[in-house]
Amino acid sequence: MPIITLIEAIRIAMDEELARDPRVFITGEDVGKRGGVFRATQGLFEKYGPTRVVDSPLAELSIVAIGIGAALADLRPICEIQFADFIHPAFNQIVNEAAKMYYRSEGQWRVPLVIRSPYGGGIGGGLFHSQSVEAFFTHVPGLKVVIPSTPYDAKGLLKSAVRDPNPVLFFEPKKGYRAIKGEVPSDEYTVPIGPARVARQGKDLTLFAYGMMAYYAELAAEQVARQDGIDTEVIDLRTLLPLDKTAILSSIQKTGKALIVHEANLTSGYGAEIAAVLADDGFHYLDAPVKRLCGPDVPGVPFSHPMQEFFMPNPDKIAAAIRDLAAY
Amino acid sequence: MAAALPEKATLLEWYRQMVLIRRFEERSKELFHQKKIGGVYLHLYNGQEGTGVGALAALRPQDHVITAYRDHGIAIARGVDPNRIMAEMYGKSTGVSGGKGGSMHLASREHNFWGGYAIVGGHLPLAAGIALKAKYNGDDEVVLCFIGDGATNNGYFHEALNLSAVWDLPVVWLIENNLYGMGTALEDASGQTKLIKRAIAYDMKAFDPMDGQDVFEVHETVKKAVDYARKKGPVLLESMTYRFEGHGMSDKMYAARVDEMSRFKARDPITLLHDKLCELYPDIGPTLDTIDKQCEAVVTESEKYAENSPAPTFEDLTRHIYV
Repeated sequence: MPIITLIEAIRIAMDEELARDPRVFITGEDVGKRGGVFRATQGLFEKYGPTRVVDSPLAELSIVAIGIGAALADLRPICEIQFADFIHPAFNQIVNEAAKMYYRSEGQWRVPLVIRSPYGGGIGGGLFHSQSVEAFFTHVPGLKVVIPSTPYDAKGLLKSAVRDPNPVLFFEPKKGYRAIKGEVPSDEYTVPIGPARVARQGKDLTLFAYGMMAYYAELAAEQVARQDGIDTEVIDLRTLLPLDKTAILSSIQKTGKALIVHEANLTSGYGAEIAAVLADDGFHYLDAPVKRLCGPDVPGVPFSHPMQEFFMPNPDKIAAAIRDLAAY
Repeated sequence: MAAALPEKATLLEWYRQMVLIRRFEERSKELFHQKKIGGVYLHLYNGQEGTGVGALAALRPQDHVITAYRDHGIAIARGVDPNRIMAEMYGKSTGVSGGKGGSMHLASREHNFWGGYAIVGGHLPLAAGIALKAKYNGDDEVVLCFIGDGATNNGYFHEALNLSAVWDLPVVWLIENNLYGMGTALEDASGQTKLIKRAIAYDMKAFDPMDGQDVFEVHETVKKAVDYARKKGPVLLESMTYRFEGHGMSDKMYAARVDEMSRFKARDPITLLHDKLCELYPDIGPTLDTIDKQCEAVVTESEKYAENSPAPTFEDLTRHIYV
């Protein structure tokens, strides 16, 4: 099987879906002639032309809202928000229109829309090019929120997102675009939205993560296995909304200890939801307090390299947190 | 009839600012490639110096300036210390934003320089708000808000301009039309490519588009606009200019625009001013050479200052969250 990068997997998924379904089109800032600032759409403008890979004005509200309207009328838009930090002007349209259409119309109107957006820090992007925005949207029933961490999942989940009749927010860990590589079959496949993935089997404790932190979690788990003999199970959630509670509970039943990692800041972050699931339904399995390792509660990821490193969880910080929890 | 030319000392100051900006940007590019300026973004002002310098020369210290992410040149022209700008771009604690902001997020309250903004268009309503303060308090102040052509197509632009017109706010909206919003050409993003016509939608005062490469024309027009805004209300301006570099460091598309680039480079704002000065003052050559050298030295000093400044500490990460 070919080994490709995360961003190549994303590009291939879009390429295949554009080829498969003439209703699929892409719009966003510089997605056409330039092939996207991260090159996620490279070559697609040349292959599918300007009516299917469409450069938009610098207007995120419109990029998303045009997508919602087109999706209502049965097209299959993939809207790119160039950085997750830029999604906020479209928040109203996502929350008040996309998420509620099916419900408010008693099932008459659907919004088969995908919003793709790179998120997260660690590339020197500074305050407005590093945000992790997932928790704003996981609070909104009617949306689906997906964050892949491997090329295999990125391709399979993005194809599922395009085919999903609901609005799907598809956040991509941009630090991993080229750093994360993996085997991806050339053949057609999809990965279902919903189920989490056991990224690593273990018995001593469970690490819950997604996106870049799921990738780091596996590295950290290998590190503590090698150095300390701690056997960590890693659950890559992949889909945050709807959440795979069964996977969370079956893992905690086995290990009894939970460490949740995300780079979004701690307070009201997505980790709180996982911790609540563990408290509600997994209380009797727990042998230790549920721990969270998250970005600190500061207003953004600072530009300065040392401050960015203070901010970001990384394999070493995760390994240290694993050791602490294992010793409890 | 054109207004009388400013006096020699003023023209030399404009020349100094424009050369300093150019040298600063050229050095920044080198330092970015050397990875001394970190991160993945750097948006250079090369080519647009005539607009920034000419416009800011029309303001008084109590007036206000706000711009987008292409902000180094504006900060320099406003008198912000190049050492502290460079330190910011290095992410050092001596930077104007303590290293938290980086190149797109310069700030200097003492200069009424309300900063650079990475979120396209996001600063426009802020400019209106600052102008509201001036009107509310009856302060004799004007806000000059720089806007990229790319920002004219989002809701912030419409809402901010409309509101400023309804409330007669003392703000000069200055579109720096460099023909590209990131990599996308103006005509691929704007239904109306004559951006100055947007003023019609708000029944707003507008002047004819300026030649952004001509610092004299920019200065004269902005001065008129500032006077108008101070007395009556908002004005829309459009400066026709060009960036000699890409949108940012990752933009390689600009290099292919050879004809367009050579057309604008033939009208380099610094060369135009240099030639005009030589025409007005035939023996000024050595003075200009001295200014060139001084600017080079200022930039070198800023690099040293940034190099030798301390990195932020862990404690800095959690400072300035609440007042």
